[in-house]
Amino acid sequence: MTQPRKFARWLIVLLMLHGIVAAAGFFAPYDPVEQDRERPYLPPMRVHLMDARGHLHLRPFFYPLRLRAGSFDQYEEDTATAVPLRFFERAAAYHLFGFVPSHLHLFGASGTRIYLLGTDTYGRDQLSRILYGGQVSLLAGLLGAGVTLFLGALIGMAAGYFGGWRDDLLMRIAELFLALPWLYLLFALRAFLPLAVSPLEAFLLVVIVIGMVGWARPARLVRGVVLSVKERDFVRAARGFGASDVYLLRRHILPETASVLLTQAAILVPQFVLAEMTLSFLGLGVPEPMSSWGNLLAALQQYNVLVSYWWMYLPALAIVPFFLGYLGLASALQQRTSPYKIEEKSSWSPS
Amino acid sequence: MRYFIRRALHAVFLLFGVSLLTFLFSALTPGNYFDEMRLNPQISPDTVAALRSQYQLDRPLPVRYAHWLNAVVHGQLGFSFTYNGPVAPLLWARARNTLLLTITATLLAWLVALPLGVWSAARFGRAPDRVLSWTTATLLVVPDLVLALGLLILAVRTGWFPTGGLVSVGFDELSVSHKLRDIALHMTLPVVSLVLATLPMLVRHVRASVADVLDAPFLRAAAGHGIPQRKLLYRYALRAAANPLISLFGFSVGTLLSGSLLVEVVMSWPGLGPLLLESILARDLYVVIGGVLLSMLFLVGGNLFADILLYLADPRIRTAASAK
Repeated sequence: MTQPRKFARWLIVLLMLHGIVAAAGFFAPYDPVEQDRERPYLPPMRVHLMDARGHLHLRPFFYPLRLRAGSFDQYEEDTATAVPLRFFERAAAYHLFGFVPSHLHLFGASGTRIYLLGTDTYGRDQLSRILYGGQVSLLAGLLGAGVTLFLGALIGMAAGYFGGWRDDLLMRIAELFLALPWLYLLFALRAFLPLAVSPLEAFLLVVIVIGMVGWARPARLVRGVVLSVKERDFVRAARGFGASDVYLLRRHILPETASVLLTQAAILVPQFVLAEMTLSFLGLGVPEPMSSWGNLLAALQQYNVLVSYWWMYLPALAIVPFFLGYLGLASALQQRTSPYKIEEKSSWSPS
Repeated sequence: MRYFIRRALHAVFLLFGVSLLTFLFSALTPGNYFDEMRLNPQISPDTVAALRSQYQLDRPLPVRYAHWLNAVVHGQLGFSFTYNGPVAPLLWARARNTLLLTITATLLAWLVALPLGVWSAARFGRAPDRVLSWTTATLLVVPDLVLALGLLILAVRTGWFPTGGLVSVGFDELSVSHKLRDIALHMTLPVVSLVLATLPMLVRHVRASVADVLDAPFLRAAAGHGIPQRKLLYRYALRAAANPLISLFGFSVGTLLSGSLLVEVVMSWPGLGPLLLESILARDLYVVIGGVLLSMLFLVGGNLFADILLYLADPRIRTAASAK
């Protein structure tokens, strides 16, 4: 009884996390590309309940930042004016989930702008960029995993069902892909695809590259399932009734591979999100002005940013709760599908 | 002997396949290094065409592959367009640094993981084991990129370790012992992030496989005979659990090679990683292919080493091999 509940718990956590990112427009106070050129690299602002004179406020507030006297890059709080946080504020227009027009934001401030996680080199709000960047990174991971599982299921079913030389050939190629360290594979693939492309094309390119890297492990697992399922009585009976190969594969064999594919999905998605981050961090993925967790981190490759502006590291931490959620989901799923335990044991590792 | 020949043949097949794969990918390239020259009005189209044919970029793919393979057999890996020289020496200089990093990290990770895993398995399910499990689980959800960048920021803000590069300025004037110290200091940060990235996986596997054997009747019997705990764990249990761990060793080499690619770029360590990235951005075809292939060579080397270990450690493989 405890296993399904565990599984559901992780699923809810993940749904909430994805929901926050999907509804970035609502949770982000500003537009991710809106610039505030007056205030580049503003440190994160603190939200207070207690003001400078020791009075308690019921409504959270913050102090606007001003340059410290005699300094050109050190900021301090201007305690003269407390700016209250306003919840469910009507501000910049956006499209919720990409199609519902809305003005409503979770929080905001009037008069002065609030930067909970600071600003970047163009004075863009880090929090908004992280939330919107998550949409790109997560979508790349999810689509990449979709492509991989599709390829893996297709190849695994073909190899397991038809057997013979086709099986040998496909499994030899799969071995090759398994042996290659994934980052090298990613690099080799990316190296020979166009570099200068529009953000959307780059995004699709990343999805394809990521999607083509990981098919080998799911293909092998699916093959194993197909090998055993195709000899089961109900499949033999269907074949005896004259069912075609395609019908057998679709109606009887594919459903049997569902649990393996589901577990693999939980393992692959976070890895592929990380792959997108890595590619974009290295400048091979999604370019500016689109934001993704990877290209937000690319700023850290400049030494001065690394030394002075620690809040530029925060996008990296955004992926950690997602990793946790998917790891939990994957292990809950694995406990349910124990026949494949041995293979799964070593599966939480990028390969 | 046949066992080794089979493993070696497998390795050759792997290398061959990888080279074929990278060449196939390169056939998909919609541009090459000389494309940018075409935009330059000072270079005539004839010159570009001549250069292309000089490097045989105008030939069909099978011809290019055959030519390249022939060169590889003669110890050459092709020509770098950006560095205007042969690829092999370029790669070796960088590969040395990558090897230094990965070998140190592999050794260190295993040296820490083995006792930690065994220690944890001996206390399976009790408080210290649970604490360790939580620690490894925490490390597991921090991806290597996040870890490396975090360590880098820590180092920069505290100034405890030098960041970037292999040696300090004025390295040549230092005495031998200071030179070693300097390299070791520069290595600390990349090695630590590599070790921390692989450690949780290793510890968990060691713990799982040792815990698996600890229930075995022969170990209970040994314990009943009064063999001391330490000897029991390291002499008997670890040995019985060695088989999957040695396979994991080969696998960990691959993970570390991937990890070091990234860590090298993040920490600007002059290894294969930055070179590879640079040549991808410059479309320096043969450097990319050579770099990928060289890393495969390391990987295959690591796997062969694991195979030899397996042969030595597992009598079943020895007898199976000699029975054939």
